[in-house]
Amino acid sequence: MKFAITVTLKKDVLDPQGKVVQQTLQNMGMDTLVNVRQGKYFEIELNETKEDVAKNLIEEMCKKLLVNLIIENYTINKIS
Amino acid sequence: MKSSVIVFPGSNCDRDIAVALEKLQFKNKMVWHKDSELPKSDLIVIPGGFSYGDYLRSGAIAAKSKILNEVIKAANKGCLILGVCNGFQILIETGLIKGALLRNKNLKFINKDVYLKVNNTNQFCKNYKNGQIIKLNIAHNEGNYFTDKNHLMEIKENNLIAFQYCDEKGLVNDETNPNGSLNNIAGILNSKKNILGMMPHPERMIDKIISNEDGLNIFSSILN
Repeated sequence: MKFAITVTLKKDVLDPQGKVVQQTLQNMGMDTLVNVRQGKYFEIELNETKEDVAKNLIEEMCKKLLVNLIIENYTINKIS
Repeated sequence: MKSSVIVFPGSNCDRDIAVALEKLQFKNKMVWHKDSELPKSDLIVIPGGFSYGDYLRSGAIAAKSKILNEVIKAANKGCLILGVCNGFQILIETGLIKGALLRNKNLKFINKDVYLKVNNTNQFCKNYKNGQIIKLNIAHNEGNYFTDKNHLMEIKENNLIAFQYCDEKGLVNDETNPNGSLNNIAGILNSKKNILGMMPHPERMIDKIISNEDGLNIFSSILN
């Protein structure tokens, strides 16, 4: 079973990298651009057939290592 | 007094810390991160460097190493813990100090000597005068301290800020803030005040011949 995890910075946390990317895209003439936030993406494959068990394990991975809950949010999606 | 310095793959200030400790007659031991036993210590130092190449988030991988379980146990029993630079980032990732260290506001690695205002109401700083201005070196990419509103209130109410970035006159504001850190925080204590995390490197300022001696009082404060 394979999962996609997207980690994004919370709304109130300053994202200097996203700002620089945004500035550069605007300088390139992307006039309708309003906002850019940069995040992280993980693909994790598990040897597990029960979906709820797998999801709980991914949830644990996020909370214990992949995500800093003070500054980041995350979403989990099953991709296969 | 007995001290231990934890060494990770990628630590690069571990020996400098050891030199500083030994200069003040600490009986120091170097402890490899894979060890599962900690020598009896009054002080544990987590040194600066780039543990695990800063993968995932600075300090995140080191925070899950074997020896850190022992450090957390010792910390909960009241042992003094000092984390410098990457060591501070590791303490944050273990949760021993709350908050997060984000990338510097200007997205640049900053290596320079900065002025700091000292709050001496804790074990690590008591040999300084309160409000004393000292000069230490900073060298980091992720030193921009951030925390939530409730924790920030707790920090202020309990006087947990040990060092703030300032200028040579002690002025603390946005212009004297090198990395965008909340309230110019350069060093911060946990609520029990037995753990100090700081971005500046006191171990680099212990000898007049090569720099100054402004960092020495941190180690001497711990001694008494």
